[in-house]
Amino acid sequence: MTDQDALFQFLLRMGDNTLVLGHRVSEWCGVSPVLEEDIALANTALDMIGQTQFWLGLAGEVEGKGRSADDLAFLRDVWDFRNVLLVELPNGDFGQTLMRQFLFDAWASTMLGRLMYSSDKRVADIAEKASKEVAYHVERSADTVVGLGDGTPESHAKMQAALDLLYPYVGELFESDAVDAAMVSAGIAPDPASLRDDYDTLIKRVLSEATLNVPASKFTHKGGRTGYMHTEHLGHMLTQMQWLQRAYPGATW
Amino acid sequence: MYAQLVKTAGSGVKSREEMSENEQDFQDRVDSDQKIEPKDWMPDDYRATLIRQIGQHAHSEIVGQLPEGNWITRAPTLERKAILLAKVQDEAGHGLYLYCAAETLGVTRDELTEELLSGRMKYSSIFNYPTLNWADIGAVGWLVDGAAIMNQVPLQRTSYGPYSRAMIRICKEESFHQRQGYDIMMKMAQGTEAQKKMAQDALNRLWYPSLMMFGPSDKDSVHSAQSLAWKIKIDTNDELRQRFVDQTVPQAKYLGLTIPDENLKWNEERGAHDYSDPNWAEFFDVIKGNGPCNTDRMNTRIKAWEDGAWVREGLMAHADKKAARKQAMTAAE
Repeated sequence: MTDQDALFQFLLRMGDNTLVLGHRVSEWCGVSPVLEEDIALANTALDMIGQTQFWLGLAGEVEGKGRSADDLAFLRDVWDFRNVLLVELPNGDFGQTLMRQFLFDAWASTMLGRLMYSSDKRVADIAEKASKEVAYHVERSADTVVGLGDGTPESHAKMQAALDLLYPYVGELFESDAVDAAMVSAGIAPDPASLRDDYDTLIKRVLSEATLNVPASKFTHKGGRTGYMHTEHLGHMLTQMQWLQRAYPGATW
Repeated sequence: MYAQLVKTAGSGVKSREEMSENEQDFQDRVDSDQKIEPKDWMPDDYRATLIRQIGQHAHSEIVGQLPEGNWITRAPTLERKAILLAKVQDEAGHGLYLYCAAETLGVTRDELTEELLSGRMKYSSIFNYPTLNWADIGAVGWLVDGAAIMNQVPLQRTSYGPYSRAMIRICKEESFHQRQGYDIMMKMAQGTEAQKKMAQDALNRLWYPSLMMFGPSDKDSVHSAQSLAWKIKIDTNDELRQRFVDQTVPQAKYLGLTIPDENLKWNEERGAHDYSDPNWAEFFDVIKGNGPCNTDRMNTRIKAWEDGAWVREGLMAHADKKAARKQAMTAAE
């Protein structure tokens, strides 16, 4: 694997996370529990799609085969996606969606904070722009997790169930492989494992305020960021997301 | 126009002699283009009519998210997806301004929501039509937002201050929506044969429903006179519809699309286009709940509201706990 290949893979991981989660969040359009949440969810999805344009745009440039961000988003199949499994899981109820968002935002804010010092200026620039948005996302998702965790007995039970369901997908965010090793040695990105302490501190503070218990098991599902084995859910999402591009190849939209 | 067929409260326009002193002062202020503000005296019927009109407009923004949301997950490029998300976010924001404007008249957002979900209040008939191909998203921006702007631009001068100010904000964003809709139509109309077909299909289905947005013909529009006198309606339905047709015909021509109306032609004498009326029987069917999507739209909104109950209750309970803790801490100091 050349350095360029590794960088390409790293950028796909960043861009596919925001693409897939942004898409999931956009599925909430018009059906959230309260008008303010409709606005916030659309805004979050919009930010994530915007970040996707940067990450995948740069990925295409680095790859050097003339593929645009749209080509990468709409014309790859499941095995070429490099997002973590956490973000492709279905929305579930509103609590599950916000818990997933918080678990991701907490990682994204930590990761972007480090990427702002990347040796690759293009990466640092995207991270700097995205981190402003993510600072707001994590504040909001944390507030909502606290509000619902420490709300009624019903909302507490739903948030605990969401955490129990999603927590086994968190560990994948901190997995490392040869791509990460290449990024670390080039000074482009940190070793994912090195983010774990900051992440744990952040989520434990919020989840404790939310009166929720972090599951004890350290088991983690994985296979998304390497592309080795996604969940069954991603294919259905792509079927919908990529439909127009697949059905009418070569058209300009 | 997102408020249509709003029934004006009261028994019609009163003559000067029939008005009380308060009513005379009120009408004088309206006539001299002074804004009426929430704390000012206003006739009960003016208040009731405005609640209906602003409420219906707000509900339209909320329900209006659904036909566009139908395509967010299938938007063909990242940019189109982002633009559509931004647009739907704006619409939810418009709903919020409008509910706030309605609240200044003494009705809560929750009360208005109940009225919508129970079917006592309506939303614009246009949102009971489906969005079936991607060009529909272009046509919604071009025609539906275009029609909305046609109505809302004059409403910036409406007599009720909070409503007028909401309209000024909303109009700025709606013009952007209309432009992006037209931009989609351009791409489709200049695209492949399949895309051209989508564009024409969208126009064929949405043309008459768009004309319906202005409400029934003036000759069948009861109660308009009072709303015009109060300046909560500025132009008549037919005036607005004519303006819309005249604006849209050259735009369709530029796109190379055919408006589905054999009688459409320029009338030199009137300096305006002659056009066919929409099928008013269909319009009243849609208003009564028999449009193609009425049941789906209402079921979707009802489900969203019911599924979200635990979230609203949870967040309220948390806010109460937080306030109680703060109070306990202050007391302990």
